[in-house]
Amino acid sequence: MYSKYLNHALMAVLITAAVLTACGKKNEAAKTASGELIVKIGQVSPLTGPQSHLGKDNDNGARLAIDEANARGVTLGGQKVKFVLLSEDDQADPKTATIVAQKLVDAGVKGVVGHLNSGASIPASKIYFDAGIPQISPSATAIKYTDQGFKTAFRTMTNDRQQGRVVGEFMVKKMGGKRVAIIDDRTAYGQGLADEVEKAVKASGGELVAREYTSDKVMDFSAILTSIKGKNPDVLFFGGMDPQGAPMAKQMRSLGLKARFLGGDGLQTPEFLKLASAAAEGVTASSPGLPIDGMPGGKVFREKFNAKYGVIQNYAPYAYDAVTAMITAMEKAGSAEPAKYLVELPNIRFAGVTGEIGFDTKGDVLGGAITLYRVKAGKWEVVETVVSGSVPKK
Amino acid sequence: MDIFLQQIVNGLVLGSIYALIALGYTMVYGILELINFAHGEVTMIGGMVCIAILQALLPAGSVPLLVALALGVGGAILVCMLLGLAIERVAYRPLRRAPRLTALITAIGVSIVLQNTAMLIWGKQYVSFPDVIEIKRYEFVGAHITNLQITIVLLALLLMLALLVLVYRTRLGRAMRATAQSPDLAALMGVNPNSVIAATFIIGAALAAVAGIMVSAYYGLAHYYMGFLLGLKAFSAAVLGGIGNVAGAMLGGILLGLVESLGAGYIGPLTGGFLGSNYQDVFAFFVLILVLVFRPSGLLGERVGERA
Repeated sequence: MYSKYLNHALMAVLITAAVLTACGKKNEAAKTASGELIVKIGQVSPLTGPQSHLGKDNDNGARLAIDEANARGVTLGGQKVKFVLLSEDDQADPKTATIVAQKLVDAGVKGVVGHLNSGASIPASKIYFDAGIPQISPSATAIKYTDQGFKTAFRTMTNDRQQGRVVGEFMVKKMGGKRVAIIDDRTAYGQGLADEVEKAVKASGGELVAREYTSDKVMDFSAILTSIKGKNPDVLFFGGMDPQGAPMAKQMRSLGLKARFLGGDGLQTPEFLKLASAAAEGVTASSPGLPIDGMPGGKVFREKFNAKYGVIQNYAPYAYDAVTAMITAMEKAGSAEPAKYLVELPNIRFAGVTGEIGFDTKGDVLGGAITLYRVKAGKWEVVETVVSGSVPKK
Repeated sequence: MDIFLQQIVNGLVLGSIYALIALGYTMVYGILELINFAHGEVTMIGGMVCIAILQALLPAGSVPLLVALALGVGGAILVCMLLGLAIERVAYRPLRRAPRLTALITAIGVSIVLQNTAMLIWGKQYVSFPDVIEIKRYEFVGAHITNLQITIVLLALLLMLALLVLVYRTRLGRAMRATAQSPDLAALMGVNPNSVIAATFIIGAALAAVAGIMVSAYYGLAHYYMGFLLGLKAFSAAVLGGIGNVAGAMLGGILLGLVESLGAGYIGPLTGGFLGSNYQDVFAFFVLILVLVFRPSGLLGERVGERA
């Protein structure tokens, strides 16, 4: 009997101790051996699965900015800080996105760069908003992301409303596409962009002859392409990513579908050229922002990036700028506490790699250019750049 | 009409690939009543190995194209056969007398191990199939068919025919059928169940390798994750035709391919735009559910007595 009570007492002591240490961990800011304050920044993108090449690219872009900030040495409120990047894999999946978002919040991150996909960024943004942690996505372009009224949601990438409008007008007015077919992959990104393109096509006087759907997991599009072929379109727009876009371009060829093929920024990657090889020729794709060579800091960034990680896939410069925006706001606020530097985020202006960075009241990046590219002799070549406005100075 | 014919061609190509993979599921199920969920991954490894060999040989320039292609295909088949043998030995043989659920969980485990191993070897990126096959397009009453598609369908049919001959006309086939009926009794008659089961895995893996090469050549790419969906579709095809039944797997595969193509192509117009091609997979699996409700043992039935 006595021993049983003793056991209970021991258990109680152990549990109390465990709870106390856990609390202690949370309250006391972690420091390095040399007394620097550790500031954790989260990065979320698909690091496994079909889009992992893009996910790793975002991760590398963010990592480069973190490494540089640490090398430069950042002082917040008189305290030297060391930034640590915590990368999580959301598998481009909305459900996983919320799980890893909660994981990062629990780990005490002061800000999050990500997620890569709109479909993942949107559900995760609610979790960051509830926790009061700023989130800057380098690549989510769906309108809904910054349309939810979450003051914690920002992005360094132009949104789909602007991109869709430019692409839709371009297809009808400059490519002579009177009959238009649209396919999307049913993700928040693909569907959102395709919807905006559809609106712009109709507004410019084009006719929508087919609207088909696929998923972001499949490789076979012969059935929907055949059905589209029966409707004889001049141009075909695909709202989706390169793992689907490349086989789609190939299958269009083998089916004898002569429509000209267009895509959004999900297709405008080196990977697309590699995967579609000969079928990539003549494909047009839009991308928010400027071509890497047209970016103010593009050349320097590419050299640094190539030396460390190899070829830039797509969004790395935007991830880099997202981290820089976060650190700039922290420096302005003199604190890494989310509540303190969040209010400074809409006020910052700086020369980023991708251009002059600043956010509007919704959290969208100011200004923002859309560039159209076409594959010529196995390379993406700039067709034209449409700038939707300059960044107002503050 | 030309559009309809084109959809039939699309469905046949897709269906032949499903059928080849489905055979592996059905043969193993026929003998062990085990659903080998790692089979889709064996398909993926087949495609990956072939690409790796081609990429290694082609830039050298000294190897003629046909030789490189033969080495690629042969190498992939060999690797997959060894893999099939190893999977059976390591993962399933020790559990042969264990409850069925244990083996099923092991199968899923093997599948995850293979997927991640492939990710470590070939990376997370898509791997592109080298442009070795010059695509020629033929027109036939308005429908287009490429030389690659013709090769896929003919080769698949040939392999299926060869398998039927093997199962019903050879000594090994008789042993397989006997083991399927009763492993213990077959053993008493002088059949070594272990080697028959190993042979089943090896043959299934070889077919999967060919299917994997077809998939990666047809779509021009391969990825460590692609075995999952392929495996799932092929498994559905096997169930559709009657799992455990060799002819059923072939029928189920081709039928599933046709249903997917025609479904995606015509579901929009048929429902007046109410359902679109986003219901492509729903349509295919709906057919599967219907078959299972009205013919629970699949279209051709399990044919327990003769399954192999």
